[in-house]
Amino acid sequence: MWLDPANPQLNKNGELHHLLSLEGLPADILRQILDTAESFVGVTQREVKKVPLLRGKAVFNLFFEASTRTRTTFEIAAKRLSADVINLAINVSSQSKGETVLDTVANLSAMQADMFIVRHAASGAPYLIAKHVAPDIHVVNAGDGRHAHPTQGLLDMYTIRHYKGDFTKLRVAIVGDILHSRVARSQIHALTTLGCPEIRVIGPKTLLPAHVERLGVQVHADMQQGLKDVDVVMMLRLQNERMKGALLPSAQEFFKYYGLTEDKLALAKPDAIVLHPGPMNRGVEIDSSVADGKQSVILPQVTFGIAIRMAVMSILAGN
Amino acid sequence: MKIHIKNGRLIDPKNGVDAKRDVFVAAGKIVAIGEAPAGFSANRVIDATGRVVCPGLVDLAVRLREPGFEYLATLETEMKAAIAGGVTSLACPPDTDPPLDEPGLVEMLKFSAKNLNQAHVYPIGALTTALKGTNLTEMAELRDAGCVAFSQAEAPLADTQVLMHALQYAATFDFPVWLRAQDPALAKHGVAHDGEVSTRLGLPAIPVTAETVALSTILIIARETGARVHIARLSSAEGVAMVRDSRARGLPVTCDIGIHHAHLSEMDIGYFDPNCNLTPPLRSQRDRDALRAGLADGTIDALCSDHTPVDEDAKQLPFSEAEPGATGVELLLPLALKWATESSLGLSVAIDRITAKPAAILGIDAGHLAVGATADVCVFDPEAYWRVEPAALFSLGKNTPFSGFEMRGRVTHTLVSGNLVYEKK
Repeated sequence: MWLDPANPQLNKNGELHHLLSLEGLPADILRQILDTAESFVGVTQREVKKVPLLRGKAVFNLFFEASTRTRTTFEIAAKRLSADVINLAINVSSQSKGETVLDTVANLSAMQADMFIVRHAASGAPYLIAKHVAPDIHVVNAGDGRHAHPTQGLLDMYTIRHYKGDFTKLRVAIVGDILHSRVARSQIHALTTLGCPEIRVIGPKTLLPAHVERLGVQVHADMQQGLKDVDVVMMLRLQNERMKGALLPSAQEFFKYYGLTEDKLALAKPDAIVLHPGPMNRGVEIDSSVADGKQSVILPQVTFGIAIRMAVMSILAGN
Repeated sequence: MKIHIKNGRLIDPKNGVDAKRDVFVAAGKIVAIGEAPAGFSANRVIDATGRVVCPGLVDLAVRLREPGFEYLATLETEMKAAIAGGVTSLACPPDTDPPLDEPGLVEMLKFSAKNLNQAHVYPIGALTTALKGTNLTEMAELRDAGCVAFSQAEAPLADTQVLMHALQYAATFDFPVWLRAQDPALAKHGVAHDGEVSTRLGLPAIPVTAETVALSTILIIARETGARVHIARLSSAEGVAMVRDSRARGLPVTCDIGIHHAHLSEMDIGYFDPNCNLTPPLRSQRDRDALRAGLADGTIDALCSDHTPVDEDAKQLPFSEAEPGATGVELLLPLALKWATESSLGLSVAIDRITAKPAAILGIDAGHLAVGATADVCVFDPEAYWRVEPAALFSLGKNTPFSGFEMRGRVTHTLVSGNLVYEKK
């Protein structure tokens, strides 16, 4: 399989062969995924929720790192496309016996896999897998280290487009632990590609990566200032182990300065929407009244997530 | 064995020679340059027409992987790789298994190397027992066993008091200490330069401050103790500026950089190429440019290969889990030449940085070709173009970011102590 060395997820026709990152994907492909997902949203609301697009295909959920939500939504999406789904939680099986990622993948390929959905704690692991699988196998990155979570980024774009329409008129804020967030990176790449003119990242300096502004964002340490007049607020999850230590003194102080409360949300545009990739830490990065409030679109995100994953898998299988 | 190397362009930077001169070798020494000595009759004539004849290369860091890591590489393969790269003297870091912290281990290594009768091996002794950074090794005993300097290799020395004492003790005997400037806490869990690429790829980062904070500690303690300190594998522009400044203020500190850092930057990581997982990390293009300029103006004394054979399996992993390091001893010469060409410097400057300068740091009588000197000689074709094919390398380590690159300049003959140990087929 010839893949573009400058963007190893595209085949020689410039079509998506793997989905590894949103970085460098042309806007056309992003829109194609969003449009396809739109057609599937209807399917997910029908009584019979299945379409036969992946009938006879084997989709392997290859999770080297624990996940419930993402794995489940991929599983539902694959099943609605009529694929056979095999779930593997590798961290508890072969890896502990010393088998390498590539050995695991080689073994599973021998079982006639058509698609691997990969989550791994190390940034770049899906690239390694994509480089070594047989040419007819597709790899979907379901989250790798701090690098990317492309389907999350896409479902966020879907949600924004659904509620706000045109990206070129939006002001978007991403708040919290940008440094460790694969979600933030995917959101930033997607937003810049789709023409969003103003992306702000908000967080304390300990949670911002070096030269983050070179990704095309404005940096704000002050949340009040950062939220002013935004159309979209994207909150990030703060991992438990980072709430107290050398990066942050306490969850309470974080909540006080970077937690999304009704007061702070009032600084955004009155019709601003609030997103969160889940699972939420109520009272740490987001107040319950906001999470459950009328501006929150957190639950629709989950529903759209299934449609997005159906779209990605069906497009890959068709290319 | 009497050898006559004829019609070559002799470049001997230490003695200021760059001219067409014949070289005559007998009994392991250079016996004449220019005209044959009376009654000289060669057993072997090497026609060096169109080629450069220079001192055998001196490489400050070649991991032979013995003892302990023979499955990665063997003394035999790596010595073969060295002479194929024109390297006739090499220093090996103490991060073997067990580390070179006991005289017996050093003697054994010297003995095995001598039996192979190829490049001269100069072991660098461990500065602390098992490189753990707590107890000093028996440096004087290790010196007697053959160590030419002491180092922690890549192992951290977190305790500044131990560093102070190690330098005081080394200074007592005037032993050189080679240190890699990296603060272990600031570098913790990091695998890539803290910059644009690590931010984009989400790779745990090592900031430049990890180098500069450690470097400043080392430079201050070096001044205080009067120890002879050599900084190994400098990686940042700021680090080069600090060394330049210290030297201007009279501190006799020396330093080197690796070939990868002279040519590559964080950008070369591309999409997580594990061959670019190196120690220190590849930094920004601005840092690389400063290293190249520092090597040109003499702030950086020497260029070395930092040869680190890594098993294929240890590289076929996600970037952050892959073992750092790259094979390089066979690429030292062409990459030194490439640097000089791109910097509009002559061949002589390139050769100086990989012969006379590193020999001076090692304190050995090598890296020059005066009459009476040991006949360690490298003959190379400066116009030979070749492509780096990992499978064709002599080293068991096939891990190089230069795979597929075109190189200019190739070794054709290598002499060690007057013996023709390598000849390109």
